[in-house]
Amino acid sequence: MGLKRNVSLKDGLRYQGKGPMLTYILHRIGGLGIVIFVATHILSSYAGGTVGVFLNTIYEHWIFQIFIFFCALFHAVNGLRIVILDLWPKLIEHQREAIWVEWAVFLPIYAIAVLVIVRTALGG
Amino acid sequence: MAAKTRTVSRAKRGFDFETFMWAFTRFSALAMYLCAFIGLVGALLLGARTQMNLADLIRWTFMPSPTHVLNTNIPDLAPWSTLFWKITGSVFIFFAASHGLHGLLSVIEDYLTIRWLRRALRILVALLTVAMIAVGVYILWTS
Repeated sequence: MGLKRNVSLKDGLRYQGKGPMLTYILHRIGGLGIVIFVATHILSSYAGGTVGVFLNTIYEHWIFQIFIFFCALFHAVNGLRIVILDLWPKLIEHQREAIWVEWAVFLPIYAIAVLVIVRTALGG
Repeated sequence: MAAKTRTVSRAKRGFDFETFMWAFTRFSALAMYLCAFIGLVGALLLGARTQMNLADLIRWTFMPSPTHVLNTNIPDLAPWSTLFWKITGSVFIFFAASHGLHGLLSVIEDYLTIRWLRRALRILVALLTVAMIAVGVYILWTS
């Protein structure tokens, strides 16, 4: 079992993995965000009552929507890149280019969605 | 990327639970893409374009259940509440819960080195997965 850690937290934070490392971190944060959101969403619709209403007001808030849409869209787009590169391992040579394509897909969709969310929040 | 990596043959690598879940994570991601695609296309065929706004269409895409899109202009929800959509939703919940909670487990085990706690959380996550699927499917088939 590889349970011995030889890397301190400080070294871990200083690691400069650049683009691929950034997608790795965001994939984790996004995944955890989705797990927490979906789990509490299912449980609150099961429980109902004041807890359900309280959680629903959080989910309908525009700041939360911007956050959770980032989590979901980034996790989905980055996940698709991982699936493609893992199922066709020869493509791993082009992973840096794949990450640029990924941002080119992610950013416009996310920008439009944030625009719609903010415009709806402002009552337009 | 000049160095060629050497791959151990499949027979030597073995095929344990983690290897299975590694593959399952990839294929369940594709399965969820398929479920979302079915939800999106199905909703458009049922007339979502004229009866829903974009937010409700996204809600239906990620969970095709009539209670998820209550506040819409849909006059009659009966065609939206069929066996087909219940099965699609159940499949979606199964893949989402098992994919997501195994992801949670791998994040936990990346940062936690206490052996008994890892084992305890592994059992807890397994129980949570069963519980989430059960609760989700129950809501879907009773609402």
